Amino acid sequence: MKPALSIENLTVSYRNGSSPVTALREVSLEIQPGEVHGLVGESGSGKTTLVLAAMQHLPDQAEITAGSIQLDGQELIGLTQDEMRAVWGTQIALVPQDPLSALNPSLKIGSQLRELRADLSKAEARKKSIGLLEMVQITDPERVAQSYPHQISGGMQQRVMIAMALCMGPKLLILDEPTTGLDSTTEAVVLDLIRDLMHESQTATLYVSHSLGVIAQFADQLTVLYASELVEHGPKMELFEQPLHPYTHGLLDSVPRLGENKHEIQLRSIGGSIPSLGDLPPACVFAPRCSVAIDICHEARPDLESSGVARQVRCYRWEEIQANQVDPRQPPAPPPLAKSDSAESVLKIEDLEVDYDQPRSLAKWLRRSPPQSVRAVDKVRLAIGKGETFGLVGESGSGKTSLAQAVIGLVDPAAGNVELFRAKLPSKISERDRKTLGQLQMVLQNPDEALNPYLSVGQSLARPLVLLGGTNSEDEIDRLLEAVRLPSEYADRYPAQLSGGEKQRVAIARAFAAIPDLVLLDEPVSSLDVSVQASILNLLNHLQRKHGTSLLFISHDIAVIGYLSDYVGVLYLGHLMEVAPSRALFDPPYHPYTEALLSALPLLDPKASQERVRLQGELPSPLNPPTGCPFHTRCPRFLGQICVEQTPPWQEDETGTSIYCHIPLEDLREEQGLVFAMRKRK
Amino acid sequence: MAVEATTAGATPVRGWRPLTVLTSLYRRPASAAGTTIVLVFLLMALIGPVVAPYGVNEQIASEARQSPSPDHWFGTDHLGRDVFSRVLYGAREILVVAGLGTLIAVVVGSAIGLLSGYRGGTFDEALMRIFDSLLAIPALLLALLLLGLVGPARNAVMVVIVIVYTPIVARVARSAVLSAKSKGFVQAARMRGESQSWILFREILPSAFPALTVESALRFSYAIFLIAALGFLGIGVQPPNPNWGLMVAEARAHVFQTPWALWMPALAISVLVIGVNLTADGLRRILRAPGE
Repeated sequence: MKPALSIENLTVSYRNGSSPVTALREVSLEIQPGEVHGLVGESGSGKTTLVLAAMQHLPDQAEITAGSIQLDGQELIGLTQDEMRAVWGTQIALVPQDPLSALNPSLKIGSQLRELRADLSKAEARKKSIGLLEMVQITDPERVAQSYPHQISGGMQQRVMIAMALCMGPKLLILDEPTTGLDSTTEAVVLDLIRDLMHESQTATLYVSHSLGVIAQFADQLTVLYASELVEHGPKMELFEQPLHPYTHGLLDSVPRLGENKHEIQLRSIGGSIPSLGDLPPACVFAPRCSVAIDICHEARPDLESSGVARQVRCYRWEEIQANQVDPRQPPAPPPLAKSDSAESVLKIEDLEVDYDQPRSLAKWLRRSPPQSVRAVDKVRLAIGKGETFGLVGESGSGKTSLAQAVIGLVDPAAGNVELFRAKLPSKISERDRKTLGQLQMVLQNPDEALNPYLSVGQSLARPLVLLGGTNSEDEIDRLLEAVRLPSEYADRYPAQLSGGEKQRVAIARAFAAIPDLVLLDEPVSSLDVSVQASILNLLNHLQRKHGTSLLFISHDIAVIGYLSDYVGVLYLGHLMEVAPSRALFDPPYHPYTEALLSALPLLDPKASQERVRLQGELPSPLNPPTGCPFHTRCPRFLGQICVEQTPPWQEDETGTSIYCHIPLEDLREEQGLVFAMRKRK
Repeated sequence: MAVEATTAGATPVRGWRPLTVLTSLYRRPASAAGTTIVLVFLLMALIGPVVAPYGVNEQIASEARQSPSPDHWFGTDHLGRDVFSRVLYGAREILVVAGLGTLIAVVVGSAIGLLSGYRGGTFDEALMRIFDSLLAIPALLLALLLLGLVGPARNAVMVVIVIVYTPIVARVARSAVLSAKSKGFVQAARMRGESQSWILFREILPSAFPALTVESALRFSYAIFLIAALGFLGIGVQPPNPNWGLMVAEARAHVFQTPWALWMPALAISVLVIGVNLTADGLRRILRAPGE
């Protein structure tokens, strides 16, 4: 059978001043019709370049220096833009990561779909476009067709993109991180859709993702890219069963799997960071980060060797790894301290409410009607003990950041009480004294904005020492850098000279500088590459063990939360839905929303089983929140009027799990099986 | 604008000392040319009156309307005044009135913009609405009104420049503050209890520098045009002041007999404006965050 896409020895470089930068080196891959080929790579791996090359849509400064790209036997390299126009859409289609920037904001969805079928009459094109929207499981296609892109949700936009891509029945469909920007429950629905569509069609698919979990769900074949090189390739099952390249090992080991906890499993992080394309290691690109690198790995570039049927790997030591003679896995981090149950309470939050006022119209202002406000956090209660980690999980709009900001004092709460060491915390940060400020610190989500670009790392780290106590000396700054595993030369560097992971380390060092009692972490790893995340999580464990710090860890990723936390709170629309010890979180009874979250996460094991619990509809507008139980509009276990009319009770079971639901715990336990089952990792 | 860089140089951030700034400016041809032009004009303003071959208003009736020659490099005008000498004298005029006016507007405007943007709330809202209403009045109209009140004087023109340009600079500074205010490093500064002045001057202001430099150069160029326009309308600085704008206005009536008397000051204006803008562009590059 002729492959739908065949890429051979593709080498692409970018002109960059005098020295060209190689973005892809001799990469080959083949996709048969009907096959899904997963392409995994972190930032800087060259996966975007590969997609653009396959589309023949590389930017002007890029140059294909060698190789061939054949689509169904037709060579694409060398085709002009005019000739490619006949290929785009009809033979190759792309679903991009950000649908909103790919859709025309000034045209209705319907007319954008109709535009694709200029060959049909107006009425036929209209019918066809409605049919397409139905195909991607949009329940009210007429309304969506009449909407502008910004009027529909992100998940809906991505479905429209998929409909557009499949409209002309392409030979090759490229999905470039199609669900990365979506919330996990929405992601699950879109992934289901893609899976169903792929199952039926004979289209060859290239699925590009940084997430091995997503790839594990779909791909037949798997290619791993790292720093411009194809490092490993093979059938998915075999690759997950027995990875041969140390980098593939690292990727699989560095992600906490659903159900794992730091007290049971220690993550093996990959040291160092991804090299920039302009500064690649001379021989094996992974050698500087590899734990089993030998001399030759630093001297000569390994060849891509065949390691089995349809398997290839670019490593000198794959045979030893295969025969279990060497262990390419990094040593695990030391286990965290066991936590004591009688821990002294550090932070106590009672009935916290955060409101944001909506801007009033002039008419309303004149009528003196009170400002309408959106409740971001509603009656949240939680307590964190000394040395404990409380994980807060929620999707976008759940109020998790507002909660942290209210605790830290950047947002004024509307009601409620926050106590630090049994003393009431003044709500405004300006009213807190130095001692309180020193006890409470926060690490923010985006490392690129966390550091002042005009201050050197040393200057940034010196400030908390000056203000909050501690000795401001070079030794102390070296000690802080060492604690976050950065060399002391970094004191003289500026943020622009650091990678994302390094910036986050400095931000963590700054937060821990004055040895606070509680650190709030707002999605500290979500903008980092997978191979860097584990080292940050291990670092947090290390610092916590060293200083006995309590952590409030906020994330949208329930696997990371479950891994790192002692207690977990699940937030939905500003309400806590469930509070559970992390051990009990993964076993029934679950709150129906927790159940959906656990079901939505793509598991890192192709043989895992997972119940399909999917949420219907959209997140309700916080301007008009649901009555009764806030989750009733989307609840898969909706009981009836009681959920609409009455706020549910908090029910607690013997494991310490508290669930905010009308369904009795016994019924929940009876109806719910384990949402997921996965093998324990070796 | 160079002065701004110097104030920043007083802080211990490396690479911002005046000399380092100057050498960095000379690293690129465009900013090197611009800096040279600005330095030459500064020198003219400093020693122009000393080295000028003729007095500023010295009239040699017998030599009126002469084309450029070794005696009169830029020729003479209809009254027999040496155009070269007058251009030299004018450099000081322009740099004092337009330069100082712009500088005050930039400093005051930046301060107001920083504070207003950082404070936010009703104070910010009220101030910005006042500025909006000021901005709605054409600069020339405002100048006519103010000069009508106080009468034509050099200092009055400077005040006009300050009043007209302060709101514009404040708006630019404010928008830079608003984008910096929500950034993580500013929040982190608040979390560790930094004083308001530290947050404003050390955390936020540096990020606003690049935008403010470019704005300053633009304001300076417009100030020169405004002065010229006021001179042309016969208010503002009065003849026989060697203001270049005024010289252009005066020479216009005699453009067919003494075109050089019009072209030379006009050329001086253009070269200075180009020089200032090239320098500002270079400064914007240098003032970017270190390591970028």
